[in-house]
Amino acid sequence: MSSRETEKTRLFTRRVVLIGAAQVGLFSLLLGRLYYLQILQKTKFTMLAEDNRISLRLIPPPRGQILDRVGTPLAVNQKNYRLVLLPEQVSNLQILLDKAALLVEITEADRKKIERDFKNLGGLNAVMVHDNLTWDQVSSLSLNSPNLMGTEIEVGEVRTYPYTFLTAHVAGYVGAVSQNDKDNGRVKLTMPGFRIGKSGLERHYDPLLRGEPGDVQMEVNARGRVERELARNEPIAGQDLKLTIDIGLQQIVQKRLEQEQSASAVVMDIYTGAVYALVSHPSFDPNLFTYGIGQQDWDRLNDDPFLPLLNKVLDGVYAPGSTFKIVTALAGLEAGLLNPKETVYCPGHMDLGDHRFHCWKRGGHGPVDFVHAMAGSCDTYFYDLGKRVGIDRLHAMAKRLGLGEKTNIDFPHERSGLVPSRAWKMATRGVGWQQGETLITAIGQGYLLASPMQLAVMAARIANGGYAVTPHIVQKETPLKSAQSWLGFDSKNLDVLKEALSAVVNLPIGTAHSARIQEEGMEMVGKTGTAQVRRISTAERAEGVVANEALPWKERDHALFVAYAPKDKPRYAVSIVVEHGGSGAHTTAPLARDILLACQKINPSGA
Amino acid sequence: MSRLSSAEHMSLTDKFRLINWGLVVLIALIGLTGIALLYSSGGKSWEPWAAPQAIRFALGFCLMLGLALVDIRFWLRAAYPLFGFMFFLLIVVEIMGHVGMGAQRWINLGFFVLQPSELMKITLVLALAKYFHSLELDEMGRPAMLVPPLLMVMAPVGLVLLQPNLGTAMLLTLASGALFFVAGVRWWKFLIVIALTALVLPYAWHHLHDYQKDRLLTFIHPDSDPLGTGYNIIQSKIALGSGGVFGKGFGMGSQSQLQFLPEKHTDFIFVVLAEEFGMIGAVTLLALYFLLLVYGVMIALTSRSQFARLTAFGLTTSFFLYVFVNVAMVTGLIPVVGIPLPLVSYGGTAMMTLLIGCGVLLSISVHRDIRISRTGITEL
Repeated sequence: MSSRETEKTRLFTRRVVLIGAAQVGLFSLLLGRLYYLQILQKTKFTMLAEDNRISLRLIPPPRGQILDRVGTPLAVNQKNYRLVLLPEQVSNLQILLDKAALLVEITEADRKKIERDFKNLGGLNAVMVHDNLTWDQVSSLSLNSPNLMGTEIEVGEVRTYPYTFLTAHVAGYVGAVSQNDKDNGRVKLTMPGFRIGKSGLERHYDPLLRGEPGDVQMEVNARGRVERELARNEPIAGQDLKLTIDIGLQQIVQKRLEQEQSASAVVMDIYTGAVYALVSHPSFDPNLFTYGIGQQDWDRLNDDPFLPLLNKVLDGVYAPGSTFKIVTALAGLEAGLLNPKETVYCPGHMDLGDHRFHCWKRGGHGPVDFVHAMAGSCDTYFYDLGKRVGIDRLHAMAKRLGLGEKTNIDFPHERSGLVPSRAWKMATRGVGWQQGETLITAIGQGYLLASPMQLAVMAARIANGGYAVTPHIVQKETPLKSAQSWLGFDSKNLDVLKEALSAVVNLPIGTAHSARIQEEGMEMVGKTGTAQVRRISTAERAEGVVANEALPWKERDHALFVAYAPKDKPRYAVSIVVEHGGSGAHTTAPLARDILLACQKINPSGA
Repeated sequence: MSRLSSAEHMSLTDKFRLINWGLVVLIALIGLTGIALLYSSGGKSWEPWAAPQAIRFALGFCLMLGLALVDIRFWLRAAYPLFGFMFFLLIVVEIMGHVGMGAQRWINLGFFVLQPSELMKITLVLALAKYFHSLELDEMGRPAMLVPPLLMVMAPVGLVLLQPNLGTAMLLTLASGALFFVAGVRWWKFLIVIALTALVLPYAWHHLHDYQKDRLLTFIHPDSDPLGTGYNIIQSKIALGSGGVFGKGFGMGSQSQLQFLPEKHTDFIFVVLAEEFGMIGAVTLLALYFLLLVYGVMIALTSRSQFARLTAFGLTTSFFLYVFVNVAMVTGLIPVVGIPLPLVSYGGTAMMTLLIGCGVLLSISVHRDIRISRTGITEL
């Protein structure tokens, strides 16, 4: 072997050892890297691996049902098939939506909302593409599912109101969670298809009806496909609400009111305060709101002069008109300023200073005692009585009978109406009370405002012997009168008042005699009211007051009626307002008769 | 007759006995590890990867043993023709190659997909070994003598870059560089080449494909685009890290089983091992590779001819580079360059190439006592 060869071999060996050392170094580098990742960083990466693997989805709880008194469903959950997309599985949203749009309608607005939800809800929650799919759509979507990777057909529940407009004002409606709901903390978690109560009982009892969402932990693969379920917390269903409403009675009331353009009526139990029927006409279909009402429907409902969206039983306030004479009379009796036997002469008006106050009856009633005055609704008699009783007593009595303040019915909203007082006038108008104002207050005009619900409460408190009953619409254990606060009226006074009210309906002299109930033991007792909504000028009065029918609808009088039945063992109170409906005697008394008759036949109180 | 002279006239049985069985067992162990990991990757199923891989490994293993018996002088004689043929095939794929994954690399022979760039790794080593075998040390001092081997390296590397296959080009360059070094090329000459490369790099950057730029950029900031190119590396690190010391158990790796880990049967198979068998598994496999490397270096150091030494070392270095680049890549040490883990990753061509390489290495080992003159004639 040559020395040159030896030299070459030595050089080779030397350099191989050098490179070998470098390789050992690089191997050590790999080992160090593994040590860093697998030992030092293990906790962090284990957590990330779990994040990858486990996906949490919320399960919306089934919403509690709303049932009537006997369990008839008024608001239920129906199966609803909807197309949703799972953001983690969607590679190209636009292309996917284009494809889906071939099978189901997706409007520009829908698209924008989907894109927004896609961004905001993010990763794990499904985004709604199309709600309430028809069977045809479900089958064509399933057929095309390979083309629609990232979408899923979900079976959800949708709120449905089988009685549609009949329960719209009572049950209210649900709607999608709005930004506002999120901002004010009403809703913390959102789920696709999740609805919350927006009005009526759906809103008032929303926390109860809603229940608690469940969740399911799933192991998912990289494409978001569910491999298996790891853990599941079942949602807690919302509680059912059982109402005091009797849907049969509600239907009858609705049928009767439908004959008017704009009216409302409420029937309640005078002892328990249970509301058996609550109808505001015209109404609307609450199902429209479940999917988000369309602009066109919304405009139509809002532009309707008869205000279908307004619950007039609670949110409509009217001058009570002659129904307020109940307050004036009881205030007089309780103050000892009303002797039923004394007569007042009614020439058709009463003069106070240089102002003349007219009775509704041109030419007057002549001499009237209390019963005649009430039965014939003589304004002059009550001007006189009011003048003697004074605004302070009227105000106090009105409040005791439930006017001028909220009834505290279990509803999200009601108006408190208005019972004027000296203090109120000074505070709001800055001037003192005028005696003339006492006079018009005494016959239920002027500043007075009351809702039909309040008027029903007033009738109930008279009928039940002076107990401060308050209305409620969801069934609860209600103490009977013994446990409710007694208003302290003298029972003799109440009897006098009731006798006079009975005369309104049951005596030929009464304004509502033609609408009396003739079935024995079911007779009703009540008071008509005709509330003027315009000022009648002296000139018009001189020429003769224009008949209601000749006036534009908006200027016609409101027709009111408050009543209870049966006369001898009262149980049910009713209050009806027909907006611009003419006179209480002609328009509302027959409605009250039919409603109270039907109510007694159904007898929801079970008494 | 001395042992030395007998080396030139060995019977097949003698050769068979001389095969480095330790190395053979090592190769078998690594191959079996790969099959087991593919079985796990496929969801504890022989399909779609483990079974084909097992069959290919068995075939390649036999081929390797066959090649081990081939006389070293055949490799010496055939070094240039094989290199020339492979270079020719590289040109062919460049012209009419199959298009796949944005790179032209394959000739589909129907029963076998031939990847000339893979086999070039072996033939280049053989050709360079033959060239340096024929040079004296003082001849090597003359710069002119370095021109032919440089061309031998640059021509195929250029073609591979055109494909474009950055990873293979890099491996070819590095392995060749190592050969130049151990053959005795002066230090300063390497320094010049490195300096020149540094100058050319900015220009080369402009000519990289977008996906190659992406890979390099992602390496620098893997979190910048977690769902794009950085996804692979992030998921890979999560898999590795969550594997811990003992791993999650065979077939239990959530990252690999739930498809979070990309390319889990090819480039990222090491991660499946590291997730399911933890650091213990990963280090064990690295130890097997290291042992294989030791065997290769020992063969190089104990061979009698420069050709045998250079070939053994070149092949071993190539093998080492595969392992290092792959593991460094999946652990996030270097950019993702698409280099499989030798003998473990799924893929027929790479498996065949590596087993052929092992066959040549075994053949060198069997014939390491044969002396060969500079001109190729056996010396006594």
